[in-house]
Amino acid sequence: MKILIIEDEPEMLDNMRQSLEREQYNIEAATDYKTAMRKVGVYEYDCILLDIGLPDGNGLELLKQLKDSGKGDGVIIVSARDSLDDRLTGLNLGADDYLSKPFHMAELHARVKAVLRRRHFDGSKLVELGNLTIDPESRTVKIDNAEIILNRKEYDILMYLITNKTRLVTKAALAEHVWGDHIDQSDSFDFIYSQIKNLRKKLESATINVEAVYGVGYKLEVV
Amino acid sequence: MKLLNYTTQYQALLLLPLITIWAVLFYYTMLDEIYDSLDDGLENQKIVLVKRAAVDPSILTQDDEDFVKHIYNFTPISITAFNSFQESYRDTLMYRQNEDDNEPVRVYESAVRYEDDFYKLKIITSMVEEDDLIEHLIVYLIGLYVFLVISILILNNWMLRRIWKPFYGLIGQLRNFRIEKNKGFQIPESNIEEFELLNTTVGKLIKKSTDSFVAQKQFIENASHELQTPLAISINKLELFLENNELKKKQLKDIATVLDNLGKLTRMNKSLLLLSKIENHQYENEEQVDLIALTDNIVRDFEDMADHKKMKIVVISNGLLRYQMNEDLATILLTNLIKNTLIHGKKKESIQIKINQDSWQIRNFGEMQELDQRSLFTRFKKSANHKKSTGLGLAITKAIADRYSLELEYQFEGTHTFKIGFP
Repeated sequence: MKILIIEDEPEMLDNMRQSLEREQYNIEAATDYKTAMRKVGVYEYDCILLDIGLPDGNGLELLKQLKDSGKGDGVIIVSARDSLDDRLTGLNLGADDYLSKPFHMAELHARVKAVLRRRHFDGSKLVELGNLTIDPESRTVKIDNAEIILNRKEYDILMYLITNKTRLVTKAALAEHVWGDHIDQSDSFDFIYSQIKNLRKKLESATINVEAVYGVGYKLEVV
Repeated sequence: MKLLNYTTQYQALLLLPLITIWAVLFYYTMLDEIYDSLDDGLENQKIVLVKRAAVDPSILTQDDEDFVKHIYNFTPISITAFNSFQESYRDTLMYRQNEDDNEPVRVYESAVRYEDDFYKLKIITSMVEEDDLIEHLIVYLIGLYVFLVISILILNNWMLRRIWKPFYGLIGQLRNFRIEKNKGFQIPESNIEEFELLNTTVGKLIKKSTDSFVAQKQFIENASHELQTPLAISINKLELFLENNELKKKQLKDIATVLDNLGKLTRMNKSLLLLSKIENHQYENEEQVDLIALTDNIVRDFEDMADHKKMKIVVISNGLLRYQMNEDLATILLTNLIKNTLIHGKKKESIQIKINQDSWQIRNFGEMQELDQRSLFTRFKKSANHKKSTGLGLAITKAIADRYSLELEYQFEGTHTFKIGFP
């Protein structure tokens, strides 16, 4: 999988590159509008992470150009400007998603994987891990071919942890992803524990475990 | 009062004395003219009668003192009386057949000589009926006044509409002008110097405020941008660090604390940005928001949090509550109030939301102590036992309420109640 990161902030770029490379993606980077234009002119990318504020041009303009030349699929706008106008303009121009800074790494992976899943229907659409099989289309989960019933939140938690199976997912990242933006100002994220507890109970016969990491967050473990 | 009615009112007031003075002058001049003409006629009659007497002397002796048969009469007088006779015109009342009443007549008295006899000659003629004249004059003058006022009104209306057209165009646009909408403002052109000055001045003012509005908006966005990126870098660096290293419990906890605080900083930055945006009217898309459905949605989102604290949120709704506002702001408004009760409410107690046609209120059990009304809705006011809150939630609630002229009240009667009144 080939991913292009268009981001002018070197540290930001470095973080994203490091984290995404661990997933075995092939990462290319551009730090300005001109380089970005040149790269997308030559190569095909499965996903493009596009920062709106570039030193020599607007990311939205670049998106327009990409769409015009038929290469605008799989674009995720990454912006520090959480402005409604930009979000709407970006999505209207045909961006696949909009991620506002600051975001959690876990969220970045979830968004990138969602885009890649949507774009590549090759092979199996099913997600398999241990003795678990998940069909994201119908949102069904099976343990050794026996379906288990999860509610919306339990399913979202499981999917999020599977998407980020190699890393520690902080409680804040999980809460914001599953419970939505409203929740982000609550004084503690302890309430997610009861859903985790239910999920664990339902996954008793599975070969995966939801591990709590010292009150920091959760991690999926395949036994 | 409209400009048009204002000028017409003054013109009408001015016309009233003008027409009255003119009417008095006109009346006396006309009367004078009538007397003059009557007297000339009487004098002419005298000459005619004197000539007729030469042909028919019998008219000298008709003795018709009461003017029953004729309109003239000769009375013999002495030569001394003749010599000292003063010609005179006077008005008197006399019975008139046609009116069956005493009516004013003009009497002309003169002395004439026929051969060696001297006569006093009296001739009468019917007079203007002054009371009738005045009555008619007044009726016609009132008619004229009304006619003039109506004509002025119509003329003014027409002229004002024509001449003041650019002015009304300008104020019409000013009334609908919303700086945040950034719609083109058409400055009308005018040949009238004053209007041209007004137009260019308004144009300059609008450009200046639009420029500074844009600059302010950009400043907020830039400030947020500048803060978000370093925050993002720091958070992601720490998350990577967690990903890449096997850490001890103590190290993990420290990093978690730093992450928590960075999260808090992020929320605070977002809240401040939101506050500025609300105050700068940057959420201009409005629609009819169904606040009952919205409440149900938000309550569902908070179910887990309520369960965790063993609290129950009960929604009681009587009738419909819809309001024209921005949907995101409506969501933030209700979310903040609900979240507030969840965070500060006592465990195992219930939270009651009551929705009526014109109000939305939320009640909960918290600390048995009234909150300070004055500082409750100010920024960075927070209770000591909730260190993670940003202290901006209620300030944002207040800003949204103010934006839509909603009444936001807090009451304490053993329970804490926040109430929003919808006008």
